[in-house]
Amino acid sequence: MGKNKETRLIDESGLRVDGRRIDELRPVRLEVGLLDKADGSAYIEHGKNKILAGVYGPREAHPKHIALADRAVIRCRYHMAPFSTDERKSPAPSRRELELSKVIREALEPSIMSEYFPRASIDIFIEVLQADAGTRCAGITAASLALADAGIPLRELVAGCAAGKVDGKVVLDLSDIEDKKGDADLPVAFMPKSNVIGLLQMDGSLTEDEFKQALDMAVNACRQICDMQREALRKKYHVEKEETEPTEVAEVQA
Amino acid sequence: MADVIGNKLIVVPVKGAYIPRLDDIVLGRVTDIGMSGWQVDIYAPYPAMLPASETPMRRGRDEIRPELGRIYGVGDMMIAQVIAFDRTRDPLLTTKGRGLGKVTSGLVARITPTKIPRIIGKKGSMITMLKKETGTDIIPGQNGVILVTGRNPDQERIAVDAIYMIEREAHTTGLTDRVKAMILEKMKGKTVG
Repeated sequence: MGKNKETRLIDESGLRVDGRRIDELRPVRLEVGLLDKADGSAYIEHGKNKILAGVYGPREAHPKHIALADRAVIRCRYHMAPFSTDERKSPAPSRRELELSKVIREALEPSIMSEYFPRASIDIFIEVLQADAGTRCAGITAASLALADAGIPLRELVAGCAAGKVDGKVVLDLSDIEDKKGDADLPVAFMPKSNVIGLLQMDGSLTEDEFKQALDMAVNACRQICDMQREALRKKYHVEKEETEPTEVAEVQA
Repeated sequence: MADVIGNKLIVVPVKGAYIPRLDDIVLGRVTDIGMSGWQVDIYAPYPAMLPASETPMRRGRDEIRPELGRIYGVGDMMIAQVIAFDRTRDPLLTTKGRGLGKVTSGLVARITPTKIPRIIGKKGSMITMLKKETGTDIIPGQNGVILVTGRNPDQERIAVDAIYMIEREAHTTGLTDRVKAMILEKMKGKTVG
């Protein structure tokens, strides 16, 4: 706690560099269905993160040998645009992107009812246009929305959010500087209804108590984000929502 | 969008992929000609097969590869029926039967397959109205592909517009009347017959 650091990330009144409280999320904006070609798509702005997700499928699995007999294969590509960071990022998939593609896929897999589409494939593409810490979590949030927009049966939506430790304090949703100068980062993906954690990674170090506190914070934030996801989906089908009634009833009256 | 009947919950999906079912009438496009049949894209996650033996043709003579292309070429559209499909095998089609076979004229609309029942309507009320008011013949494929054939392109165009309108507003009430009003408005001043 009493560590004397060169840069201070939390001031006397307990506010962070961007003026947020310790347990405050960055502003999140979600949009659904912006791509015409993709079966489903979503866009997220999470703080300064700008991420676009596209979903194709269920479609024929190519190459054929990757197909599974009892369910659809889920493929995921997480990619950062060359202009997404301060220094140009080589467009070739890096070790980090490969790893994130895998963990994002594994976070989304339990939510997808892939057993309805044996031998088919579902392809998820996540493109980071602007990165500002927490892209994997924001990517999961966007990808899950895109899956819903594609009409793929889901058990529920998955939301992602990170917590961490900065200046000896447990804080929610690290920004870029906090991520780089902070003591720990704990990205979490969570499904509120089934109470399933789909992603849990950590770098830096936390004590057991701090870990529990951080996990609690992140899980609660995921619940908040999940409500926003639902709201974003509702917004897209707003016109239909106004007079929504079960189709059966609608036809009797018609 | 959702109904509860006893302990069952029935959800009407807004969107979805087409999963073939036995006896479905579908519209498909030939993607490849094989040794003994055609590969057909029926806009499902699974490629369909139309065996040469499932087309009405002369045995032996037409059943050789170079001759298959004369019946259905790559890119040709057809109305077909699913005769076999399960979780382990790709769908098999037939074009033997009344109303099945090659599509030679008309306009094609593609909507999400979950909204085909809405195009048909309760006891066919919607599709009967569409056919009557636009003077066209409409064949809805269960895979979301709809063929509209009329005597002139104007009628076909209006019918296709009406289909897209139904897709957009599938969840609203009093839709049949509004679609009818839209068609009547557009039919004004158009040559009919």
